[in-house]
Amino acid sequence: MTTARTHVRQRLLGSCADSYAEHLHRLGPLPASKPAELIQTIVNSGLGGRGGAAFPTGRKLATVAGNARGLRSVVVANGAEGEPASDKDRLLLTHAPHLVLDGLALAVRAVGAADAYLYAPEYLLHGPIRHALVQRSDRVSVRAVAAPDSFIAGQESAAVSVINGGRAVPTITPPAVFERGVGGRPTLVQNVESLAQIALIARRGAHWFREAGSGDEPGTRLATISGAVAQPGVYEVDGGAALVDLIEDAGGLTEPVHALLVGGYHGGWVPWTERSARTSWTRSGLARYDAAPGAGVVIALPARRCGLKAAADITAYLAGQSAAQCGPCRNGLPTLADLLAQLAGGKAPAKTVSEIHRIVGLVAGRGACQHPGGTARLVRSTLRTFAPEVDHHLSGYCSTGIPLSVRRRS
Amino acid sequence: MKKDRLHIDWTRCEARGLCHELLPELLVADDWGYPLSRTGEATPAIPARARGHAEQAVTECPRLALRILPAPSARH
Repeated sequence: MTTARTHVRQRLLGSCADSYAEHLHRLGPLPASKPAELIQTIVNSGLGGRGGAAFPTGRKLATVAGNARGLRSVVVANGAEGEPASDKDRLLLTHAPHLVLDGLALAVRAVGAADAYLYAPEYLLHGPIRHALVQRSDRVSVRAVAAPDSFIAGQESAAVSVINGGRAVPTITPPAVFERGVGGRPTLVQNVESLAQIALIARRGAHWFREAGSGDEPGTRLATISGAVAQPGVYEVDGGAALVDLIEDAGGLTEPVHALLVGGYHGGWVPWTERSARTSWTRSGLARYDAAPGAGVVIALPARRCGLKAAADITAYLAGQSAAQCGPCRNGLPTLADLLAQLAGGKAPAKTVSEIHRIVGLVAGRGACQHPGGTARLVRSTLRTFAPEVDHHLSGYCSTGIPLSVRRRS
Repeated sequence: MKKDRLHIDWTRCEARGLCHELLPELLVADDWGYPLSRTGEATPAIPARARGHAEQAVTECPRLALRILPAPSARH
């Protein structure tokens, strides 16, 4: 049975424009709302950050505006998108740059900022962004800063570090960037999709925003859907949509699937069943899987691929992406990657599982940023979701039928 | 009443090991020699009996990686 989605809103994706003139023609000028009004509208909208952490955007604006008393605050549009499976920020910056830049200008106004930055991959800055910036006359001109191509480059303290002339690595908190960020000033770092949403909410209002989505996930949001789907890509979906809606938006599954990886490489696996397919793509809906929408990544893992192998590969990637600043992350992530690879290869003794849990406990929360904690979440989710597969592998075989080398007896 | 907490700057810490010798009430060494809170808290609460040792660990850490974060109620 397939039920056609009756109403697919294209608020962000329907606001793409090639030029500033076309953008203004479609959406109209920015409203002249005062800072306090603007912040109140965003608070009322219930917009949550779209960069991964889902922090309430209105509250963040109010915090920076409050911290900025007497100081010249800073706003950073974050389009670094270090998550390899995410494509939404690139899409917005390429096809709707003025929507993002409108949001940036509004955020600057809301917090009374003196400086504005756009932090994004260099190839985007050279193309559509440069083209868009010269067409505008924002009160605070936007400085473009290149984000390195690394997983952690998008963490907000890493973005601030780059703008301050340092490396793209996170810094220890406290202080948080909203207290002391760029140049030691209170800094608002906001994902480019969040800013694009602000550009629409400021024009159309909080009530309009809430006409889409659910109570706990108002509005629409962008998903990057990949893996075993017919049409991988970026889709705009109403908050609270079911996971099966996302899969159908992406053309449906192309083959049997064991699980979805939801929330990207720091996310969690959701076993693909009739029940889980109806799970809402929200923090509360996904909580039972220890997952969250995060930055909007959904990857459908084909049943012919071994979940343990996939997780081992992702963990090895994440270990390689550690900034290597913090000991538990620098030592613990490669250890986790090795243990998962042994498990996936059918070479692991039974005690490996408890050892993985022990190392997970040594990395989670013990670093300057979310990288060790996010990796720990993925590994925990892997052992839980693929528990039957773990048992198979400990016995030396893989249910995908991929031959494993002879198990080491120990 | 909320307790002050021991904050570890992981970007500074290089597992020199003084802190878990000076502050065994709160810390042990992990697999790699980094300080591991006995309670599992990322930023462990400092009980009154360990206050002196905590201050000593903060002062003597060769990497200046430790700080005492005042409890929120104690902030001005």
